[in-house]
Amino acid sequence: MRFTKDHEWVTLEGDVATVGITAYAAEQLGDVVFVEVPEAGKAVKTGDNLAVVESVKAASDIYAPVSGEVIEGNAGLGDAPETVNDQPEKAGWFAKIKIADQAEYEALMDRAAYEDFLQSL
Amino acid sequence: MTMQNVGRPTRPQAATQSGHTSLTGARGLLQDEALIFELGGWDKTGVDLAPGDHDASDLGDLVRAAPIGLPGLSEPEAVRHYVRLSQKNHAIDLALYPLGSCTMKHNPRLNEKMARLAGFADLHPLAPQSTVQGALALMDRLAHWLKTLTGMPAVALSPKAGAHGELCGLLAIRAAHEANGQGHRRTVLVPTSAHGTNPATAAFVGYSVVEIAQTDDGRVDITDLAAKLSPDVAAIMVTNPNTCGLFERDVIEIGRLTHEAGAYFYCDGANFNAIVGRVRPGDLGVDAMHINLHKTFSTPHGGGGPGAGPVVLSAALAPFAPAPWVVAGEGGFKLVEETTDEAAQGFGRMSAFHGQMGMFVRAYAYMLSHGSDGLRQVAEDAVLNANYIKAKLSPVMTPAFPDGPCMHEALFDDTWLEGTDITTLDFAKAMIDEGFHPMTMYFPLVVHGAMLIEPTETESKLELDRFCDALTALAQAAKGGDVERFKGAPYLAPLRRLDETQAARKPRLTWRPDDKGVSPAPLAAE
Repeated sequence: MRFTKDHEWVTLEGDVATVGITAYAAEQLGDVVFVEVPEAGKAVKTGDNLAVVESVKAASDIYAPVSGEVIEGNAGLGDAPETVNDQPEKAGWFAKIKIADQAEYEALMDRAAYEDFLQSL
Repeated sequence: MTMQNVGRPTRPQAATQSGHTSLTGARGLLQDEALIFELGGWDKTGVDLAPGDHDASDLGDLVRAAPIGLPGLSEPEAVRHYVRLSQKNHAIDLALYPLGSCTMKHNPRLNEKMARLAGFADLHPLAPQSTVQGALALMDRLAHWLKTLTGMPAVALSPKAGAHGELCGLLAIRAAHEANGQGHRRTVLVPTSAHGTNPATAAFVGYSVVEIAQTDDGRVDITDLAAKLSPDVAAIMVTNPNTCGLFERDVIEIGRLTHEAGAYFYCDGANFNAIVGRVRPGDLGVDAMHINLHKTFSTPHGGGGPGAGPVVLSAALAPFAPAPWVVAGEGGFKLVEETTDEAAQGFGRMSAFHGQMGMFVRAYAYMLSHGSDGLRQVAEDAVLNANYIKAKLSPVMTPAFPDGPCMHEALFDDTWLEGTDITTLDFAKAMIDEGFHPMTMYFPLVVHGAMLIEPTETESKLELDRFCDALTALAQAAKGGDVERFKGAPYLAPLRRLDETQAARKPRLTWRPDDKGVSPAPLAAE
C-alpha cells in the first residue's frame, strides 16, 4: 500500500489501483455522512478531483493519486458512508483506476514514510 | 484530499439531567413542544366558516376524497404553539449574541416602526408606478447612500441575500468578460479563509475555483496570488476585512495585480460594517461587492424572508447590472424594467420584482437616524468593542493573531486548551449554560479550533464586561480541571447535545400522522 501527503492510500493489483483515504484522514474528518464516487470511464490525471467526501464538519475533495481511467466507483458508500470511518483502508475504498503509468505508483510514499510524514504534522 | 484537521465531535453524550422532577414530567415554564400536526387533529377547526355559495358539485371529479390533513387549532392554541417555539431560540433581544462573521447587532425599533408605515408595508409590487412614488423615492435615496458609502457608480438592489448578491456580482463579471471577448476565462481565485459561499457561488456560475494561500499573519499571500493570476482567471473574491477579523493591508496591490491580469475584483462585503464611513471599496479597486443590509445596516437577519443583499458595481461592470433600477425623470421616479435601450447590456434579472422593500425601509431608516458621522462611528465602535474583548480575554485565551489590533471581530485559537481534554466545542456549549450564545467555532478553517467573537457596536461596556467575566471564569474552570462542566454542557438548555451525525446520515424530513398513531391524514409520501 502506498500513500500521498493528501492522505489517500493506493494499492495495486496488476494494472488496477484501488484508492481510499487513510485511517488518519477518516479520524480527522469525523463522522462521514456523504460520499460521491466517480463513474466508470472517467479519465483522471494525478491531482484531479476524484471523489467528494462530506463529514459533519467539512466537505473535502479526494484527489486522484495516479493517472488513468476509472473502472469502478464504490457504489456501496452511497447508502453506507459510515464504512469510510469503520474500514477506511479496506471496504471504505472510493474508486478503482486502471493505471496508466506504474511509475506513478512506485513514486508514492510507503507506510513507513507516511507514518514519518504524520509525525511531522 | 484537503485536510480539515480542525475537527469537532458531533455525537451526543449521555444526558445527566438531575435535580427536581415534576409529577407530569413537565419542566416548569420550559415546555416541550410537539409538531403543530400533532397538536391539532384534522377533524376539528379553530374557526367557524360561513357556508359557501358553492358546493362540492361545482368541482365534478376534482372533489377531494379524503380530508386535507391540516391541523385544527383554536387561536390560543396556535398562538401558544408559536410562542413556545420562539422561547426555544436564543435571540439578540435576549442577550449578547457574539456569533463571529454574522454581525448579530441590535435591530432598532425605529426601523420597525418605519417599515410598518402603511405607505410602505401595504404596497403590491404590481401597483402602478405612479401610485408608489414614495417607495421608489426611498429606493432611489437608498441607492444613493449605498453608492456614496462605497464610492461605486451603480447598485443592483434586487438580490435577496449576501450569497444571491455574490451570484449577481459574478454574473455581471461573466457578462462583462463575454462582452469583451474574454469569455474563455474559467477560473476564480478564492483565499483559504473565505466564506464557504464564495467558492460555492463561483462553482454555481460555472467557474472552477483555485485557492490562494494565506500568510502567517492571516492575510492574502500576495506572492501566491500573483503566481496564480493567469490569463484564465475571471475574478478574485476577497473578503475585506477578512474572516480572521483583519484588514487586508495589501488590498490596493491585490486590486492592481488583478486588473493587470485582466480579471475583476469581487469583494465579499460581509464585513463592510467594520469600515463603513471610513473606507470606500471603490477607492480600493473593487469592481463588485454585495452589502448584507442585515449586517451593516441593522435589518433583521433573514428579513422575515427574504433578506436583501444589494450589489454595488464599478464603472467597468455598471453597464451589465441586472434590471430593475430606479431612475428619476420628468414626472417622477420610474423603474427601468427591460434590458433594452439604456440597459441593453444588462445580464437580466435576479428576481421577479425589485427587491425586499421592508429591508430597504429599515436600512434607510438606520442610515438617516445615524447620519454620515454616525455611520462612521458604527465602524469605529464595532472595531473598538472587538479590540476590548481581544484585550480582556488575551490573558486567559490565545489570540490567533496577537500582533496588532483586530477589526470588528476577535479570533482565538485553541492553543490555550491544550492538555485540558476540553475542545472548542465543549467550551462553546458551556457558554450556553452561562446565558450566552456560543461564538462562531471552527471557522475560519485556517485557524485550529477557531473561536470567532464579534460583539458588534451595539453592546455597551457593561455588557461586554459581563461577557468577558463569564468567559474568563469559564477559561479558568477549564484550566483548573473542571472537565465535567464542559463535557456535559449544556446542562441548562431545553435539549442537550444533538446527534448531528444521524441528522445528516438519516434525516427525517417528513412527518406522517400514522407514525404517531394519530389520525391518518393523507400527507405526501417521503
